[in-house]
Amino acid sequence: MLFINLLGALLIAAIVWWFWLYTPKRAQSTSNQIKILVNNGVYQPSNITVSAGTKITLDFDRQDPAPCAETVIFPQLDLSLALKMGQSNRIELPALSEGQYDFHCQMQMYKGKLIAE
Amino acid sequence: MSSKSKVKTQSFMIEGASCASCVSKIEKALASVEGVTGVEMNFAQRTVTIDGDVNSHSLIHSVTDIGYNATPMNSGSEQDALAEKAQADEAHYNNLMRNMVIALGLGIPLMLYGLFIGDMSVNTSNQRIGWAIVGLVTLSVMIGTGKHFYIGAWQSFKHHSANMDTLIALGTGTAWAYSMLVILVPNLLPEMARHVYFEASAMIIGLINLGLAFEVKARGRTSEAIKRLIGLQPNTARVVRNGEEEDVDIAQVQLNDIVRVRPGEKIPVDGELTDGQSTVDESMLTGEPMPISKTVGDKVVAGSINKTGSMLFSATHVGKDTTLSHIINMVKKAQNSKPSIGRLADVISGYFVPIVMILAVITGLAWLNFGPQPAIAYAITAMTTVLIIACPCALGLATPMSVMVGIGKAAEAGVLIRNGEALQSASKITTMLLDKTGTITQGQPEVTDISTFEQRQESCVMALVASLESQSEHPLAQAIVGYAKQRDYPLNAVTKFDAITGKGVTGYLNGEHLLFGNEALMHQFGIDVSVAVEQAGTLANDAKTPMYFAVDQKLSALIAVSDPIKSDSLAAIKRLQNKGIHLVMLTGDNEATAKAVAKRVGIDDYIAQVMPQDKVEEVIKRQKHGEVVGMTGDGINDAPALAQADVGFAIGTGTDVAIESADVTLMRGSLHGLADALAISQATITNIKQNLVGAFMYNVAGIPIAAGVLFPFFGILLNPVVAGAAMALSSLTVVSNANRLRFFKVNKSA
Ligand SMILES: [Cu+2]
Repeated sequence: MLFINLLGALLIAAIVWWFWLYTPKRAQSTSNQIKILVNNGVYQPSNITVSAGTKITLDFDRQDPAPCAETVIFPQLDLSLALKMGQSNRIELPALSEGQYDFHCQMQMYKGKLIAE
Repeated sequence: MSSKSKVKTQSFMIEGASCASCVSKIEKALASVEGVTGVEMNFAQRTVTIDGDVNSHSLIHSVTDIGYNATPMNSGSEQDALAEKAQADEAHYNNLMRNMVIALGLGIPLMLYGLFIGDMSVNTSNQRIGWAIVGLVTLSVMIGTGKHFYIGAWQSFKHHSANMDTLIALGTGTAWAYSMLVILVPNLLPEMARHVYFEASAMIIGLINLGLAFEVKARGRTSEAIKRLIGLQPNTARVVRNGEEEDVDIAQVQLNDIVRVRPGEKIPVDGELTDGQSTVDESMLTGEPMPISKTVGDKVVAGSINKTGSMLFSATHVGKDTTLSHIINMVKKAQNSKPSIGRLADVISGYFVPIVMILAVITGLAWLNFGPQPAIAYAITAMTTVLIIACPCALGLATPMSVMVGIGKAAEAGVLIRNGEALQSASKITTMLLDKTGTITQGQPEVTDISTFEQRQESCVMALVASLESQSEHPLAQAIVGYAKQRDYPLNAVTKFDAITGKGVTGYLNGEHLLFGNEALMHQFGIDVSVAVEQAGTLANDAKTPMYFAVDQKLSALIAVSDPIKSDSLAAIKRLQNKGIHLVMLTGDNEATAKAVAKRVGIDDYIAQVMPQDKVEEVIKRQKHGEVVGMTGDGINDAPALAQADVGFAIGTGTDVAIESADVTLMRGSLHGLADALAISQATITNIKQNLVGAFMYNVAGIPIAAGVLFPFFGILLNPVVAGAAMALSSLTVVSNANRLRFFKVNKSA
């Protein structure tokens, strides 16, 4: 029983570490045009570093028919885009000043962020 | 809306085509795509047009495969895009329903068997073989109908995030894995715990597919407002070209084209009437129920319906620039933004899933440590139930669904709300500042009273006054000149015209010295006005502006001009006051006029002689006192105050600057739109709160019960299948509550 309890505690620790403490790797974009695949509940890539001060174009390729994947919202930029199914959807972002910009679906199940540096 | 019969044409922008030889390469690649019947590339413009019923995705791929980039150009109309989306939604819905039928088709018989025929325990080797087969069938059904949950769970797990899919995958996976463990190594478990839970896995997958299908349907319905708006625009327009009228595609209509609209037809683009007259029904755009009569020079907007006469107009805004397109875009954008009341739910759902996973582990440990025998069976049931009942989908739906319906509802009433935040703030307004001119009043002064004090006839007097005033730039002058022009009074050239600031104007006509202005002007020239003073006072108290006219040093007439109060302002102001909102009228007019207008419409608080910058100050002052301030105005000079206010309401018939600065645009020139906006905003916020409370309650109450806190006292432990059903039901509750808003009726009298 002690063993099982220990295992449970370890499992909890693992959950906390995996979802909250771990800082994921970032995708460094080399161009100002970034393709993002929208499928299976995630944006790929979802954690993108871009250079501040230049205009950026994002191409969202939506392959997920779930209504959740339908809209991508950039709350800080007050932008949103309805993603058409099975094709690339382009959104042009203004030049960003340094900082973090989230993007997500209406329900925040799909989540991603742009880090402008 | 079948586009199958006609040949579909799509256009793409091509990037990377640097030489003319690329053209044949690209054309060849596109022509090789199945279904393409024609390809034509314009090298100069780097565009390519493709005929044939082909999906744009495969076309783009064929171009990218050979190293170029293709982006779809505004292919087809909004209607086509909408039809495409409806089709995709329909396919997704059918897919979900099929999954539901298959999964429940396995789950329900299994559950009935467990309940009525045999038990689902595994003791003999025959049972082991039988259940192993059922287990494999269940696995294939789980994968076949719930693949997207497992892939989604894995993908988001890899990205260090967790969502609804994670919970579903864990819940159903746990139930299935435990069951297989029972079958494969029964000896590892106490005899009482040798029980399989395949029915739970199948039922949960089926029910969640059902919940998602409900959601797809409900979302389709919430975008009805946009659908209706897009449907307002006709597909073709009748354009006069080379002296002949021809029907052209709406996208082909150019600026300054002359467009013919016959009675009963929809107006295709924005324009200005050049010939004919008619009445136009603009109710779908403005909420204004009465048709409006239009004559040459009047503006018409796309989407309104021409009622009585045939007319010609010249196109002033086409394509994406029409008022209707702007409205559609604004509603679309607003529906995608959320009020801050919804952000709380977002923050919570970000932490929610991992917390639920932790709670599930704790639940399992608690049952194993303190639970009755068979502890492991109880632990598995409770863990699975916790994971399933915690699915946050109802929580995630709560705000966007209501916002979508609410903003769409408002658009139908002619109220354009720019974003979800404005929708929320509007429901909290305590003080509303109303600009007088153009908001409470019509904004166009009219001559209301004429009294003459000499032999000359009224028409003769007015002709003289209008001739004099036609040189003036004062707003009141327009009222006088307009009055004379309407009656075809002759206007003559005045000599030695002079404007005396703040008093009036003077000039000579036919050798007579004319004076027109206020009492101060008369005093300055020593004219006796005693016969008219009393009457002037009465007029002033009646919210009219009295002005004296003198010819050759003798009082000739007293003329009153006033900006009439809109016929429905009084009722609309009552509605606002009944909501408990403190109203303040702002005006640049003098004290007497301001007081009279305020009294007429029943506003106690007014501020006269305000300058534009004073309006902003007034907003700030009241905000500092802790008021949530709304500002309603129509003019350029209201713009700063509209922007400063917590919620700025622009009268849509006003200036573009005002509309740009405001959060809400009232398409109808009536204050009823304001009261409607507040009513809809309140109804939407209430609806969101109901949804959030419902969704939270379900999770907050559901999780402990699922974990088994009631078990020690009442012996109650939820079945995972019940949790799955409850989850589908909670989504259904939220979407139906949000859709209830669609039936919200604005009460015009309250
Ligand atoms: Cu979502």
